[in-house]
Amino acid sequence: MSQVALPSKAPLLGGKGWTAFFIALIAVCALAPVLNMAVPPGSAFHLSDYAVALLGKIMCYAICALAMDLIWGYTGILSLGHGLFFALGGYMMGMYLMRQIGRDGNYQSDLPDFMVFLDWKELPWHWWLSDSFVATLFLIVAVPGLIAFVFGYFAFRSRIKGVYFSIITQAMTFAAMLLFFRNETGFGGNNGFTDFKRILGIPIATQEMRMTLFALTGLTLLAFFLFAKWLVGSKFGRVLQAIRDAESRVMFCGYNPLPYKLTIWVISAVMCGVAGALYVPQVGIINPGEMSAANSIEIAIWAAVGGRATLIGPIIGAFIVNGAKSWLTVAAPEYWLYFLGALFIAVTLFLPNGIVGLARRWLRRGKAPQSVSDGRREAQRALAASEGVEPAALPPLAVETKGASA
Amino acid sequence: MLRHVLSLLFAVFLLPVPAHALTTAEALAIASGDTGERIAALNEAVAHADERTAAFIQAMADDAVRFTGEAVFVIRGGKGYDPVTGAEQAVPDTAEDPVNNNRMRSALDAAQAALKLSSPDESQRLAAAAALMRDPDDARLPLVDRALAAETSERVRAQLEQVRAASLLSSDDAQRRLSAVHALAESKSPSTKLLLNQRLADEEDPQVRTAIQEAIQAIDEALVWGERLGAIFTGVSLGSVLLLAALGLAITYGLMGVINMAHGELMMIGAYATYVTQGVFQRYLPEAAFGAYLVAAIPVAFLASALVGAVLERGVIRFLYGRPLETLLATWGISLILQQLVRSLFGAQNVGVENPAWMSGGLQLMSNVTLPWNRICIIVFAGLVLAGMGWLIARTRLGLFVRGVTQNRPIASCMGVNTARVDTYAFALGSGIAGLAGCALSQIGNVGPDLGQSYIVDSFMVVVMGGVGQLAGTVYAALGLGILNKFIEGWAGAVLAKIAVLVFIIIFIQKRPQGIFAIKGRSAEA
Repeated sequence: MSQVALPSKAPLLGGKGWTAFFIALIAVCALAPVLNMAVPPGSAFHLSDYAVALLGKIMCYAICALAMDLIWGYTGILSLGHGLFFALGGYMMGMYLMRQIGRDGNYQSDLPDFMVFLDWKELPWHWWLSDSFVATLFLIVAVPGLIAFVFGYFAFRSRIKGVYFSIITQAMTFAAMLLFFRNETGFGGNNGFTDFKRILGIPIATQEMRMTLFALTGLTLLAFFLFAKWLVGSKFGRVLQAIRDAESRVMFCGYNPLPYKLTIWVISAVMCGVAGALYVPQVGIINPGEMSAANSIEIAIWAAVGGRATLIGPIIGAFIVNGAKSWLTVAAPEYWLYFLGALFIAVTLFLPNGIVGLARRWLRRGKAPQSVSDGRREAQRALAASEGVEPAALPPLAVETKGASA
Repeated sequence: MLRHVLSLLFAVFLLPVPAHALTTAEALAIASGDTGERIAALNEAVAHADERTAAFIQAMADDAVRFTGEAVFVIRGGKGYDPVTGAEQAVPDTAEDPVNNNRMRSALDAAQAALKLSSPDESQRLAAAAALMRDPDDARLPLVDRALAAETSERVRAQLEQVRAASLLSSDDAQRRLSAVHALAESKSPSTKLLLNQRLADEEDPQVRTAIQEAIQAIDEALVWGERLGAIFTGVSLGSVLLLAALGLAITYGLMGVINMAHGELMMIGAYATYVTQGVFQRYLPEAAFGAYLVAAIPVAFLASALVGAVLERGVIRFLYGRPLETLLATWGISLILQQLVRSLFGAQNVGVENPAWMSGGLQLMSNVTLPWNRICIIVFAGLVLAGMGWLIARTRLGLFVRGVTQNRPIASCMGVNTARVDTYAFALGSGIAGLAGCALSQIGNVGPDLGQSYIVDSFMVVVMGGVGQLAGTVYAALGLGILNKFIEGWAGAVLAKIAVLVFIIIFIQKRPQGIFAIKGRSAEA
């Protein structure tokens, strides 16, 4: 009986990859704060507060796009409900920030202003844990995770997939939005939460706090990136991609897709929740509008623009689309929706692999006609592993592997 | 002048108590003092009002009155006038404004209504009687009696009888109260029930109490049926709207498998086409033809949406067959563009689409059930569209082709069916039906760039729940969801009802992923 050889593990990042990663790390943690705080405002290198806020916001969006990529790009499940998880994380953080206002609100009450306005006498039950920062951190992960788990368990168990799944996630988000719009739900209704004063007792509007939040968001994004990279390279990630390409075949091979799908679905939801929690203190407001169907679909387009099933793609996509949005909505507000709509159409029709796919094709242009495909390289590595030699030492495989393609 | 003399003669002839002119003391009593006494004085004055009293009450309601300790002034155009003589008078600086609280205001309203009871216009008299019904007071009884004696119109008489009974309800004589209760029990309307309930709280006479309780019970029994009927009707009405919205999707999604997120925007185009047709009728055609604009708008809306749909299919969607998720995103992009286009062309505000005259008003079934004509028309219209579509799919050559291509594209193609053209036609048909839905919606809701957004989730729910590729399923799902929604709305409110229905659908799809009517058969990839 022959030994089944697993493909040798590709390194988490290549040499250049690590270099780029550390450059990004330094840019986020050191360069941006220095440019913002130490460089005088008149200088050409000064990073304005507006730019910091914008970049911080877009990095939160990039986390969402990364989460969307894991579930859509790598598992083939298009979720139109990620805006809900994002908003839930944001609301958890918002509840804590509302409690931090203390008696500094308009009504000088222990209760948040909107509750005084509604003539409530005490906090509703779901606010009990909101005065503790540690509990809030827990809830940011637990609430979106739990809701995703329950929803995903039932949906995947009944083998709802494809467009059906997309539509019912949209219905879920829509229902949640209606619920959050109501005052009785206890989340501030229409206006949501705003007017935050401090976080952990430190005033939220200071330069230092803003830069801390900015750096924290950047670090989270980079950490999630490494995590996602590790995840998709692992055996787990390979099963996910197999589910994406041919779910029935995966089942025939003896795998039960349910735990795989459910796990990645929950991970993806939690990532969105964390992004939302980082977003709220930087933007200073959370309201049910974040749950609108349009927001969830936009997350998908960030991933698609950058390039699905690549990890750097969604991050690039989030930066490009949101950068264009913040520029266009100021420069020519009436054209923004035309641009966004055209982007949806153009990407689906002409750029199935997004910008990263385009760049790769462009880089390969001029090289040998269609160098080795991913599948072939994979097989080569497997063969090399079983022979105990380096992949490069073997002659190239003659046969093209069929089937899966990213 | 002649008219005034005539109306004066008329009044003198009719009024057993002669009208006597307003006095300064009366005006002062109405303008100043304790609210209860002022109202008493007001009712006193109304009972034998003349034109000057009417003018003074009007001035009171307009806050155009000032008073001092011994004189009252009506302020018109910055000058003071004496309410009794009508002569101009200087207003001293010490004059005060009367304080009209809510109680005083409603008394003033009722007084004005009472004065309108002798208006020559029947509809005004009816409105006045209805206004009095809201605030009955036995002080106005003589007035109502006089009006009753003079009234010739059956409808106004019936309403006045009710007012009389309601006013008698607070009479001191138990016998009169009893007869009033019996008279009120006849009406079986929610407002009399309210009146009786109010009276029940202060009633002491046991005989009258039981009579009131019996009357309330009788009214309740009558009302409960009305309420149920009303709920079913609004449910069917909502269901027919959902059906219209979903029928187009049943073709594009159900039969062709295309997820069209721009479906709502195609409905919006139909609604705007109706708006444009209305504008053309208003501008270029005589007034009399305006009622017909809606009939003309139906084909216009259909063609406009069908044309846009055909362009979309040729331009974008045909490249995406077999890639449903990409189709979803691309059509979402289309929907954004269409919305913005409409915003650029017609403005971001809602536009006004009027009901033609023959669709306003309603069919009164019971005192508490009125079925609006526009809703009835939409139910009928949805039925007609459904029948037309069923006929088209089941009986025509195009329908045959559509079904053939849906079931097996390669074989249909082998048989010589031009599948690409069939796709375009089918998509245009589905889009055109969306346009018809938009035309119908313009009659009951706001027409604005966001019109489509509010229906897209609902209509997908209907199609998904009904089962893909199933017209009958779509019908059952639409009506079922409509009625379910309205019944939950009855006890939980509109938003919670909507949430409950969405949750219900999500759970339902877990149990029956194929919808109500699943296509039987095997397939590895559902």
